[in-house]
Amino acid sequence: MENRILKKYPPKDRSYLIPLLQDVQDEFGYLPEQQLKQIAEYVGMSFVAVYGVATFYNQFRLTPLGKNVIRVCRGTACHVKNSANILTAIETELGIKAGQTTRDKLFTLETVACIGACSIAPVVNINEEYYGRITVKEIPKILSKYKKEEKLKVEHPIGVE
Amino acid sequence: MVELTINNIKVKAEKGMTILDAAKSVGIHIPTLCHMKDMFPTGACRMCVVEVEGMRGLTPSCAYPVVEGMKVETNSQRVRTARKTIVELLIENHPQDCLICVRNKNCELQDLSERYNVREHRYVGEKKKHAIDISSASMERDPAKCILCGRCVRTCNEIQKVGAIDFTYRGFKSTVTTPFNKGLNVSDCILCGQCILVCPTAALREKSHSKEVINAIKDKSKFVIAQVAPAVRASIGEEYNLPLGTNATGQLVTGLKRLGFKKVFDTNFAADLTIIEEATELISRVKNNSDLPMFTSCCPGWVKYIEQNRPHLLNHVSTCKSPHEMEGAVLKTYYAKKMGIDPKDIFVVSIMPCTVKKYESDRPELSENHLQDVDAVLTTRELVRMFKMFGIDFNDLPEDNFDNPLGESTGAAAIFGTSGGVMEAALRTAYEKLSNKELDNLDFQQVRGLQGIKSASIPINGIEINIAVVNGIGNVSPILDEIEKGESKYHFIEVMACPGGCINGGGQPIHQKPEKVKKRVQALYEIDSKMKNRKSHENESVKKLYKEFLGEPNGHIAHEILHTHYINRKNILNNN
Repeated sequence: MENRILKKYPPKDRSYLIPLLQDVQDEFGYLPEQQLKQIAEYVGMSFVAVYGVATFYNQFRLTPLGKNVIRVCRGTACHVKNSANILTAIETELGIKAGQTTRDKLFTLETVACIGACSIAPVVNINEEYYGRITVKEIPKILSKYKKEEKLKVEHPIGVE
Repeated sequence: MVELTINNIKVKAEKGMTILDAAKSVGIHIPTLCHMKDMFPTGACRMCVVEVEGMRGLTPSCAYPVVEGMKVETNSQRVRTARKTIVELLIENHPQDCLICVRNKNCELQDLSERYNVREHRYVGEKKKHAIDISSASMERDPAKCILCGRCVRTCNEIQKVGAIDFTYRGFKSTVTTPFNKGLNVSDCILCGQCILVCPTAALREKSHSKEVINAIKDKSKFVIAQVAPAVRASIGEEYNLPLGTNATGQLVTGLKRLGFKKVFDTNFAADLTIIEEATELISRVKNNSDLPMFTSCCPGWVKYIEQNRPHLLNHVSTCKSPHEMEGAVLKTYYAKKMGIDPKDIFVVSIMPCTVKKYESDRPELSENHLQDVDAVLTTRELVRMFKMFGIDFNDLPEDNFDNPLGESTGAAAIFGTSGGVMEAALRTAYEKLSNKELDNLDFQQVRGLQGIKSASIPINGIEINIAVVNGIGNVSPILDEIEKGESKYHFIEVMACPGGCINGGGQPIHQKPEKVKKRVQALYEIDSKMKNRKSHENESVKKLYKEFLGEPNGHIAHEILHTHYINRKNILNNN
């Protein structure tokens, strides 16, 4: 890895582990295995202990994010409005579980404790868009929009004549 | 001193003592799961909770120090209910396959379930699901059986300082596992098996070779030979309720013969052979002042450790194979020829106190003409299970002697099983070889005992030979750092990966009796002191082996058969 990130912190000091993990995640979008190994050696901890910390906190990811990040709100209000069904529907549609990324790397599915938009519960957030009062029926249509966008990009790549 | 009352009994305890220890001193049992003697308490499992007057909640007795005038109830209804609930919750997230479990009848969870009279399933919920990790050659990891007490994690990280496993994820998903949940075979694990010894359930266990051994025994075309490590004879009695430190060599030999082994040899023979080779190697290194200090290579856990962590220091490790591999090599060459047996038909089974030996026996470089030196390794525990299966009542067995010629051994070989033993044996031989004088006092007290690092300076023939004994792989780092910096003053260093040496190996009987290591060590020193020959170079069969077959120590044939080479495994691990 870029020593640039490591060099920001003094070596053999485990108290800098979390800032280091955050910086690496900022750089790569996730925590690659080889980087975790290097961090472990740098801070003087075992590889598995670093892995333990990385898996303990929700903020850290061990796999790269998909192009589109879907966040299903599982807060109280959304739960009352049946967000569990919404989540299951998306999981079925994409063939993955919450926390996973599709094989084509197009979607990553996550759950959120509360998105803060309870008035329009249940809420699903995809990238910058918010979909309020969403129903199970609408899900395939919404997802196909993102799939189509991707298809367009592949068929007509920008900048290529 | 502090005075307190526990269950209405007046107890005097030392200041700083925990309630748990104070209760123990007057014969009051408090159950524990995560507690480890002499280690900082974590208070994680809550099994040891007690009621302390004036305190609101229940108090973990393993982590709470005694206070003057304290009133403690260790067995009130409230305490019992709390403990029972913990056990019930643990059981409900456990596979409950006790009938076919390798730890059946030697399981702490099972004991607690019995102790708290758990008779029904009160909680039914989701169970964790995990695949069994069978990737390593020595051990199996079954996280579904893990109750997350953390004893293996602390042993691996704080005692052994290997750091192969740790807690990962959290809440319901908490698992003790390797990085990225990959197999133990590609982790930092050295397979020492110390985690198995502390595991309360069967979440960690050895990989069994019993099937291979049983199949070989029933195969009429095979000449199946057993060899027994020094440490097994001093511990196997514990499985049969014999007092700690009972030397059960005689019964062990009879038992093995009754299992159907054609010959039962003693790994101690090869231990003597190892000493001849290793002492010769040391003398030549000291004379040439090359690759010093020299490390012993008897412990495959230590060898795996240095291959994985400091491969640039591998030139310091003696090239001698470990004793049971030497025994296997001699069996498949010298002995096969002498007896007119095709080496392909010889099946060598090592009875070992060790889990790493299983991995070691698979190493491709430890072979003669593409035949592995050793074909299977049984731990002490597996052997006991086989005795049971074959209807052999150990306690009633008459005594028998090892077969010859690979059964003769000296006192020097017997102490191989304890930390400092290899060093002491090597010193006895090196001293006499270097000085051509007889050694007056054979007992090198400086290298005995259970300290982490023992060092001494022994004057031999005008040269001060500086030696060190590393007891437990967790203590080896500073010694290696010194060598890296070029500051090491030592000539010869013994390293044993398990604390106490092989006597406390990962394949030994599982129980938490505090005196076990000390007593087993005593048994070995006693065997040594009672021997007529106590120096490896006095072993007549070994002398004969050199005369008839090997030629000179460290000579050409010896090098072919008794020596090996090592591999840089750091890169192998890093590329995974």
